[in-house]
Amino acid sequence: MKVNGEQVVCDTPMSVTQLIESRGLNSRRVAVELNGSIVPRAQRETTMLKDSDTVEIVSFVQGG
Amino acid sequence: MEHYSSQQNQPHRIGLSAEDRAEAERLSGAYTAHNLVGSGAYDRIEDTPLVLGGHEFSSRFILGSGRYDLRLIKATIENAGTQIVTMALRRAQTSENSVLDYIPDGITLLPNTSGARTAEEAVRIARLARDVCETDFVKVEIKREEKYLLPDNAETIKATEILANEGFVVMPYMFPDPLAAHDLEEAGAAAVMPLGAMIGSNKGLRMRDFIEVIIANAHVPVIVDAGIGRPSQACEAMEMGADAVMAYTAVASAGNIPLMARAFRDAIAAGRAAYLSGLGKVVEGHAVPSSPTTGYLR
Repeated sequence: MKVNGEQVVCDTPMSVTQLIESRGLNSRRVAVELNGSIVPRAQRETTMLKDSDTVEIVSFVQGG
Repeated sequence: MEHYSSQQNQPHRIGLSAEDRAEAERLSGAYTAHNLVGSGAYDRIEDTPLVLGGHEFSSRFILGSGRYDLRLIKATIENAGTQIVTMALRRAQTSENSVLDYIPDGITLLPNTSGARTAEEAVRIARLARDVCETDFVKVEIKREEKYLLPDNAETIKATEILANEGFVVMPYMFPDPLAAHDLEEAGAAAVMPLGAMIGSNKGLRMRDFIEVIIANAHVPVIVDAGIGRPSQACEAMEMGADAVMAYTAVASAGNIPLMARAFRDAIAAGRAAYLSGLGKVVEGHAVPSSPTTGYLR
């Protein structure tokens, strides 16, 4: 699957929450887009990722 | 020619026309015309809040969140007295400190859509930003080239309409075209944010004439954004009736960042007070006596 523009190999089934945690990210500080649609926070736990998925995980940085 | 020769005859007595003299006398008397003594009206600034999408703010200074050490953010925000801080959305980097952890409670977050080249991209970023910070505020900025970083007004109007319909408090960054400002208002913008000069240029109010036209006709707050490089320029924007000023580079590139934030806060407050007071009239072609014009010892 593709995460933040990079191809990632995913051996075991993984939920959105598990993907966030595996990257050492704070779940409260990110938004997740799966194939162009935002995954609501309440559905992160139950949304399982497939090899064909494109995922974007975004957070805030300093800016004007 | 006749006037010229009469001046030559009396070189030290350049006279005013009757009309100018009447105006000068009116103006010199005007200093005492507004008699506020005892009213207390000059003890404090009687101001209305800045209202953005139904939310009220007492500070009229919107601050960018950085490009400097995260540990300076809190002191900078406190020195600025700001209540609204902008930030940008990017792909999350592992083990990176979140800017959100450094912003004090009670500050309204204003995510921008930087990186967007089209209305569609701006809408996508705005929705993601809302999901991260659970705020409806968004500063729409859409740029399709990287040299001048000019906002694309046409795309910005499109994005504003879509986002306003989705309940966002839309604050579009715009090129100061008064017609576009009108269209943004019609599209549902909660404010308009015309640029003073090119982003990061610190050149000040280069677009002054057009921002004045926008201010004269706007029904939403006008927030001068981009190009404001010095506190005096922020003050000037407020004196001419801008509702707020946004600064980023000027503060971020200062030697002492929190101190510069304080200087901007004071300049913005001074400019606002001057605007509320009513600036004196500019007089062309002659002076106005500041002492009585009668009782001379001569």
